[in-house]
Formats: sequence, C-alpha cells, structure tokens
Amino acid sequence: MMAGWPILTLTTFLPLVGAVFILVLRGDAEAVARNARSVALWTSLVTFVVSLFIWGHFDPSNAEFQLEERAPWIPAFNISYHMGVDGISVLFVILSTFLTPLCILASWTSIQTRVREYMIAFLVLETLMVGMFCALDFVLFYVFFEGVLIPMFLIIGIWGGPRRVYAAFKFFLYTLLGSVLMLLAILTMYYAAGTTDISVLLQTSLPRNMQMWLWLALFASFAVKVPMWPVHTWLPDAHVEAPTAGSVILAGVLLKMGGYGFLRFSIPLLPEATEYFTPLIYTLSVIAVIYTSLVALAQQDMKKLIAYSSVAHMGFVTIGMFTLTTQGVAGSIFQMLSHGVVSGALFLCVGVVYDRLHTREIVRYGGLANNMPKYALVFMIMMLASVGLPGTSGFVGEFLILIGTFQDNTGVAVLATTGIILGAAYMLWLYRRVIYGAITHDDVRVLMDLTPREIAIFAPLIVVVFWMGIYPSSFLDVTTASVDHLIHAYETALGDAHTRMALAALPTVGGH
Amino acid sequence: MLAAVVFLPLIAAFIAGFFGRVIGDRGAQLVTTGAVGLAALLSIVLFAQVIHTPTPQTIEVLRWIDVGEFQANWELRFDALTAVMLLVVTVVSAMVHLYSIGYMAEDPAIPRFMAYLSLFTFFMLSLVTAENFVQMYFGWEGVGLASYLLINFWYQRPSANAASIKAFLVNRVGDFGFALGIMAVFSLVGSVDFNDVFQAAPELAGKTFSFLGYDCDGLTVACLLLFMGAMGKSAQLGLHTWLPDAMEGPTPVSALIHAATMVTAGVFMVARLSPVFEYAPTALAVVAFVGASTAFVAATIGLTQFDIKRVIAYSTMSQLGYMFFALGVSAYQAAIFHLMTHAFFKALLFLGAGSVIHAMHHEQDMRKMGGIWKLIPITYAMMWIGSLALAGIPIFAGFYSKDLIVDAAWASGSGVGYYAFAMGIAAAVMTAFYSWRLLIMTFHGAPRADHHTMEHVHESPWVMLVPLLVLALGAVFSGILGFHLFVGEGRAAFWGTAIKVLPGHDSIGVAEQPLPLLIEHGTLIVALIGIALAYVFYMAAPRLPAALVARCRGLHRFIYNKWYFDELYQFLFVDFAKWVGFGLWKSGDGAVIDGVGPDGVAAATRVLGQKASGLQTGYVYHYAFVMVIGIVGLVGWFYFFS
Repeated sequence: MMAGWPILTLTTFLPLVGAVFILVLRGDAEAVARNARSVALWTSLVTFVVSLFIWGHFDPSNAEFQLEERAPWIPAFNISYHMGVDGISVLFVILSTFLTPLCILASWTSIQTRVREYMIAFLVLETLMVGMFCALDFVLFYVFFEGVLIPMFLIIGIWGGPRRVYAAFKFFLYTLLGSVLMLLAILTMYYAAGTTDISVLLQTSLPRNMQMWLWLALFASFAVKVPMWPVHTWLPDAHVEAPTAGSVILAGVLLKMGGYGFLRFSIPLLPEATEYFTPLIYTLSVIAVIYTSLVALAQQDMKKLIAYSSVAHMGFVTIGMFTLTTQGVAGSIFQMLSHGVVSGALFLCVGVVYDRLHTREIVRYGGLANNMPKYALVFMIMMLASVGLPGTSGFVGEFLILIGTFQDNTGVAVLATTGIILGAAYMLWLYRRVIYGAITHDDVRVLMDLTPREIAIFAPLIVVVFWMGIYPSSFLDVTTASVDHLIHAYETALGDAHTRMALAALPTVGGH
Repeated sequence: MLAAVVFLPLIAAFIAGFFGRVIGDRGAQLVTTGAVGLAALLSIVLFAQVIHTPTPQTIEVLRWIDVGEFQANWELRFDALTAVMLLVVTVVSAMVHLYSIGYMAEDPAIPRFMAYLSLFTFFMLSLVTAENFVQMYFGWEGVGLASYLLINFWYQRPSANAASIKAFLVNRVGDFGFALGIMAVFSLVGSVDFNDVFQAAPELAGKTFSFLGYDCDGLTVACLLLFMGAMGKSAQLGLHTWLPDAMEGPTPVSALIHAATMVTAGVFMVARLSPVFEYAPTALAVVAFVGASTAFVAATIGLTQFDIKRVIAYSTMSQLGYMFFALGVSAYQAAIFHLMTHAFFKALLFLGAGSVIHAMHHEQDMRKMGGIWKLIPITYAMMWIGSLALAGIPIFAGFYSKDLIVDAAWASGSGVGYYAFAMGIAAAVMTAFYSWRLLIMTFHGAPRADHHTMEHVHESPWVMLVPLLVLALGAVFSGILGFHLFVGEGRAAFWGTAIKVLPGHDSIGVAEQPLPLLIEHGTLIVALIGIALAYVFYMAAPRLPAALVARCRGLHRFIYNKWYFDELYQFLFVDFAKWVGFGLWKSGDGAVIDGVGPDGVAAATRVLGQKASGLQTGYVYHYAFVMVIGIVGLVGWFYFFS
C-alpha cells in the first residue's frame, strides 16, 4: 500500500495543508481557537501515521538513499527538488512527526493567546523539520535548515517568557553566524562540483585545502545547533524563555539538526578534514560533557538545568560520531533519538508543574511525591533514562558511544565516562529537591496530579523509552547498513587521499 | 524453570506497584511474598539439579544490543555459581518479604514497599544469571536503583534523601570503573560474552595495550577497572561511605540488600570472572590488599558505634573484606561459601535487630536499651545464634567459612597473603568484641529506656519470628552441610567450570593440609578472647570503656568519626564540584563566553550601528554586521591561504 506515492513529500507537506486550513478558519475567537487546536492535532496525528509508512517501506539492509523523489526546481543552476532517506535520516523523520502531536497536546490549555497563529507556527515547523531530514539537495536542505529558525524564533519571541526578546536575539545571533558561513560553503561546493545534489557530491572528492575551509564553515553552523561548547550559551536562555512545547521541539529535534549535519555533510563529503579536526571535536565535546555537567549542578531553574544536561548529552553524541567506529556512530544516532524523546519528556515534566504554579524555581517545589505520585513516577522514569540506566533508552546510546570511543582513544573515553557520574549527580539532586522531602509550601500542597490529557502525552513517551532500552534492535537495525556504508566510504576516501599524498611526496623526495 | 525464578518477582513487582490500590495491602503482600516464595522453592530444586548434573546451560531470551561486532543479548546463564546465588537470594528475599508483612504493618505505603522489594529481587537475579558483561551491568545498576528507592522509602526524611543519593552516586563512581572495564574487555577480546572472554583470557595473559598513552598489561587494567565496580557495590575501603548511611532505609531492606545480597554482588562478580582474574596476578593482589584493609578498618569503626544497625553495617563491610581477600588469594570457593553463610547469619542479625527496634518503639541507640532479654526471649536467642555464627564459633556456620578464608590467606604464601592473614586475625578479635558489646548493651544490664517504652516492649508477631527461625537454621547448619560441597573434597566436582583456579594458586588445597596449630585455630582463639574482653568491658567492669576512651581520646575520636572519610569526600568532591560548577556558570558562561560572544558583539554592534547611521537600530544591523564580518573573513582567508 502507498508504495507508488511520493510519500516523503506527502509527510513533509501534510502539516502545511493543515496550517492553511487553520488560516482560513472563521468564527468567533473562542471557536477559532478550539478548531485550530483540533485541526492541528489531527493533522499532526495523520502525518505521524503517514510517516510510519516511510519506516514500513524502508529497507534496512540497503545503505543507499531510498524512496527518492526528484523534480527539477531551478534547472538553470542544476538545482533540483530531491528528496530521499537513508538509515541515518529516516528515524529522525519519525522522531519529528512523533513529537509534534505531543507538543500540540501539551499546548492545549497553556497557550491561550493567538492560538491560531501558534498552531500554524507549529505545523509549519513540522514541515520544515521533516523536509530538512529528507532533503537531498544542498540548497533545498539549506532552505529547510534555515527556515526552521523562523517559526522557532516566533514561538520564543511571541509566546515566550519575560526575557524572550533577549533569548530570541541570542538564538538568532548565534545561528546566524553559522548560516552565513554555511551558505558560502554551499556556493563553494557548487562551483567546485557543478551541482548541489548530495548524492552526486558524495561521489566528488574535493581538494584537501578546500576541505579544511569548508569543514570549518559547516562546523560553525552545526556546532551552534548541537550546541557544542563554547557556543552553547544560547540554549539555556532559549529554553527558559520558550513555551513548554517550544522547548520540547528545540531539545527534541532542533539540536539533532547539528548532529545530523555532521553525519550527512561534514564526515562523508570532507573526510580528510574530518580526520584532521577530530581532535578539536573531541576536545570541545569532552569539555562540554564535564563543564556543562558541573554547571548543571549549580542551577536553580529546572529548565536551565535540563538545558545544560542537553549540552552534556550532545557532547557524547559528537564524540561518538567522530570516532568513526560502527558502535560510536550507531550509538550517536541512537543517543540523538533517545535524547529527543527523553529531554522532550523532561521539558514536558517541567511544563506540568509550570502550568500549575507558574514558576520553574526548584526551591519553590519539594515534596511532590506526596500529592502527585503519578507525576513522580513519570519524572522518575525520565530522570533514570537521562541518567542512562540500563533498560532505558539512555543507556544504549551512551554505552555504544563509549564502547566506540574506547577503541579510538582511551583518554577521551575515560574523561567522557565521568559524565555518567556527574549526570547522575545533577539529575538526582534535581529530583530530590522537586519530588522528595516534606511539602513546605502551601501552594504546592494543593497541586493536582496528572490529568488524563497529560497521561496521554506521557504514555507514548514512556513506551518508547522502554522499547528503545529493552529491544533497541528495532532502531539499530535500521541504521546499521548506512552507518557501515558511511564508515567504509570514509575509510576508502582517506586511504585514497593518503596514497595520493604519498605519491605527491615521492617526486619531491626524488628531486632532492 | 530458570526463567520463572527470574521473572516471577518482576511480575509480582509490577502487579503490586501498579495495581496496589486495586488488590489492597494484603493482596500486594500475598502476591509478592508468594511469587518470591515460589521462586525460592524452584531455586532449591535447581540447586539440587546442579549437584547431580553440573553442566552449564544458557537460555536465550531476547536480542538486545547488536551493532557490528558488539553483541549483547538477554540470556540466562546457569551453572553452579548461579545456582548458589539463586538459592541465597531467593531464600533470604522470601524471608524478608514475609518479615516485612509484620514489620511494615503500620506503614501507609505497603504495596509500594513490597513492589520495591520484589523489583530488587528481580534485578539481583538477573545480575547473577547474566551471560555477558552488559547484562550484568543491567542487573548491577538495577539493584542500585532498587537500593536507592528503598533507602529513600521514607522520602519525607531529609536524612533518607541524602543517604539514597549518596548510595547511588558512590556506586556510580564504582560503575565508572565497571563501564570502562567492559570497554577494555571489548577492545581486548572483541566480545562481551563471558564464554568468549573466558576462552580468550589465557592467550591474553601478559599482552599489553595502550591505555591513556601508557603501555599496560591489558588484563590487569581491565580487571582493576572491573574491580572498581565491585568496590563500589560491595562497600570496600574508599568507596564504602554509602553503606552505613544506607541504614536510613527500613530494617528489612538493610537485611536483604545491604547485608545478604546486593553488597555481595562485587564478590560474585570477581568469582564469576575468576577465569580472567586468574591471569592478572597484580589485580588479584590489589583485591586481596583492599579486602584485608577493609576488614580491619571497618572492624575498628564497628567497635565504637552506638547505633545498633550501624554496628551491624560495619560488621557487614568487614565481612565483605574477608570475602575479597579470599578472592585475592584465589580462594574463590571459600569466598562464595562465606558469602552464603554470611547471608544467613547477617540477615538474621539485621532482622533480629529489627525485631528489637520494633519492640523498642523505633529506638536504634544502644545507649537507650538494655535489660530487655527476658521480655523478648526469642529475639534474644536469635541474636545469640547470629553472633555466634558471626564470631566463628564451632558448629555455627561462620566458623567453617571464616576460618578457612584466614587459613587460605596464610597458605597462599605471598606477602599480601600474610598481610591479609594478619588483618583477618585482628578483625576477628574485634568482630567478637563488638558482637558481644552489642548483645550486652542491647539486652543486659539495667534498662536505660524510659518507663513508657519499657512498658510496651513486646515480642514480635509470628510472621516476623518465623523468618528469624528459618534464617537461624541457615546460620547454624549451612556451614556444616555446605563444607564438603563448596570447599571440601567435593568442590572440584561441584563447581565444575564455573570457577577456575590455576594450578599453583590452589590456596584452599594448601589450607586444608595440616598448618601450624596456632594458625589453624587462630580465628577461634582470638574470637574467644574478643568475647571475654567484651564481657569484662561491658558486664564485669562497665566503667572500663569510658576510662579507656578518656585515655586515648584522639584515637577514639578518629575511629568514632569513621576515619573522617565522609568529611574528606565532602570537602574534596561535593563542595569542590559545587564550587567549580557555580564558578563556571557565572564566570565561564556568563562573563567570558557571553561577555565576549553575543553580549559583546551586541554591544559592539550597537556602538558601530549608532556611529554608522544613528537612524536605525535593531536586528537588521546585527544581521548585516555579522554577514559583513563573515564574508570579509572568509574572502580574506581564501585570499591569503589558498
């Protein structure tokens, strides 16, 4: 069923159809808000179901791009609308379509102003996210990649907290720096290869010198998105000011754009530069793991703490993919998926109490286990998944990354492993201050436990966390072939380059 | 049947945890106790089976992590070592479940407690049935989680919150080593499956690999890292500070997790990995040294404590030390033998202490007890049995296992073996001393509790006494009955391939040859001396302890404050990490990165923007400015460098 359909395009643009539908809604404000919510929810649910067909039709044993669609777009410049997925990108599509309906559900009552615009922003955001993971043309990718910033910028800037302008500005400034450089990199590649089609570019080998500059330009863009230390400081502010659902998408999908970019472009297109700059990535990532974990220990704001923990977890991801070992790369993809679910769920957990008490200050809570036992259980599960307890999704990715790292560099592995101690420290400390103890504030005492709507949001997340932890093969098998292909191509390219360099060196030696 | 043993407790935990409100307190108690009781019966059958047919077997359950060469599946391994652990874990757990029905009767959250206990049992069973390192790590972390939840069972108490976090984090420090150990094993062998690793170990002996830039002996590094995990879980010196604090949990928890089963996981791990450790003699020496030192230090602290549970906790730590130095001198069978006897008598002591605490209105300070032995005679008798077994008096279980361990240390003939022997003898005196100090202070002399408490002192209900009696049977007979099979003539046949001892490392064999008389009976002699001393100090001349403390004030304060480990760690790690974290946040992120980065650029842009036009402000300028900088920079780079 649906085999002949342009299923990627369908998944990408379905949300946009819903957005248009919301745009033309008529009636009094109350009715528009109500209908906008339902339309957005149904659209995103249908999109999720359609996206499952992508997974269904995907052949895990095939490392090539699949479900490809191609149409001329700007033929004069040889730029085409080229979509397709491989083992690296396909699960990110599912992650995006999985989280969006949950986000809309999470905004059901907490967003009361400009509901129509909010829902439109979210659906547009979904289109852009899915499109970005499917795009196989660099220009198309760039459009989606940068386009994502606009709805996100609006979501923070319009529905955000009191310091939203500062946060939105900081978010914008950081990402802008990278964008400009990435655009230049695309132009350079276009002039060097004559195309922006990724599957063609993958066959092109660029000169070593150019690779270095291109790598740095792409790095500037992706490192900000990940975010890597020291360009991470936009993230805590953006999270703190963003509405709950904005934080979920930010942590769940937007951070993965950086990691995905490295895997899709930097590593396969620029192998020599990747080899050259791996120590840089290791250094920054190890600093991220240790530094931000320590900073997380000192936080008094729940969202800030989780934001810093995201930086630390993404530090693991960047280490893993640059080990270029099967376990490391597969682990880092898995860790990104897991982090998308777990950190999304943690932000939702913060949202639950924020909706009730309108503060994120840790000291304003305490003793929630007494009157919110269901909430305490959900928070506990997500906390443990974040800590990387075996049996939850957090463990598999983290452990595979470390296994891969140890084969490549024991020192990095040892330093990164300290993250499992520090990670446990700040999460347990957070959990203790919010959930355990006796209730000391009167307004906390009257808080109600999870509503059925909130349970409906958390239930699928919990299922996925355990599924990924107990039977991760469903996900790992999808990625394995592409990961092996990526590593194989990388090593071949490096081997060729080394021979070339050796050959180039020979006459010089002979000449002297 | 093996799968039933492992998963019955999980199912019970699930039912009690999620449907506790539906089935009620009694229902939760019945489901969990019944399931674990059934698991215990099945374990006995399995144990009987393994005596007859000791062939190891593996049951596949599910694929787990499978990426490239790295494969770790959910599999259950069954051999003699597993059988022993299953027996110990399920029997003690079933008794503790039963006991908890009485002990926790007045608690408002009975289903939650029972669910946690069963959940712990499941994790412990999956630890001992693990077929590969990663699955062992799953059980390992799982029991840590259950321990965290149970220490924090009374979550309204700040002291319980602190103790639970401490337990989890100190264990995580150990797990840091464990995880790295697994990575080292994988990079050496290319597999994490026990069978593959055990097969590869002999060829790896003496091979080096690069670790942190140094060329190290591969197996030694891997074993030491793994041992770090064992140190954390089994509260060995250095990573022991969580165990005494863990006594914040309800007493049945202390008996099950922090005495009989979880804390022995480290001992089990090293025994399970004997085919690897045997080829890493340096690592074995370290194990012996740490174990012996722990046995000694813990015993000294046990001498001075007043909290009845803490005395027993330090005694546990000290006994674990014995097990570890047994492992260190390749007397693995003796270590597991002691693990089993200790599980019975230490659970008995803890549950007995719980019975005392129950009788005394939740009083744990021995200075406020005394003179109650006639009021709770059964508990009193049980505590005697437990203490006799702990001190190693003949007929009682501890005599057979502890005596053999100390002898084996001597028989190993190595320097560290003699050190372990000396520490073992010294700890044995102290063990006997603090055991009888506990008995006398708790049960004898003039009552020191207030009138109201004394009026209500009562013997515990039968649901609590029956488990005591069952464990007492184990504390008396498990030594005599198990000796032949575990460490005697039958040991080679019983253990089969589960434990590997290289020729020339057979310290048990040497220890069972005639040794010098004083050494052979050393532990018994010093135990009797210890008991006599305790009698003199606390019964015959009760002013002596105070006088002695006054004499050696400094030493006493040092020991009473647990050698100041807690204070040192608080200063070195906890305070330091918080201080650094706060500093990095405010000055690193705030002043340096933001100051130079976005805020600095913004300020500079604002100034430039005003200078440039003075008409417009806003994002357009920031955009343009950064774009110009970017383009100029990039063009410049290309111009100069390409």
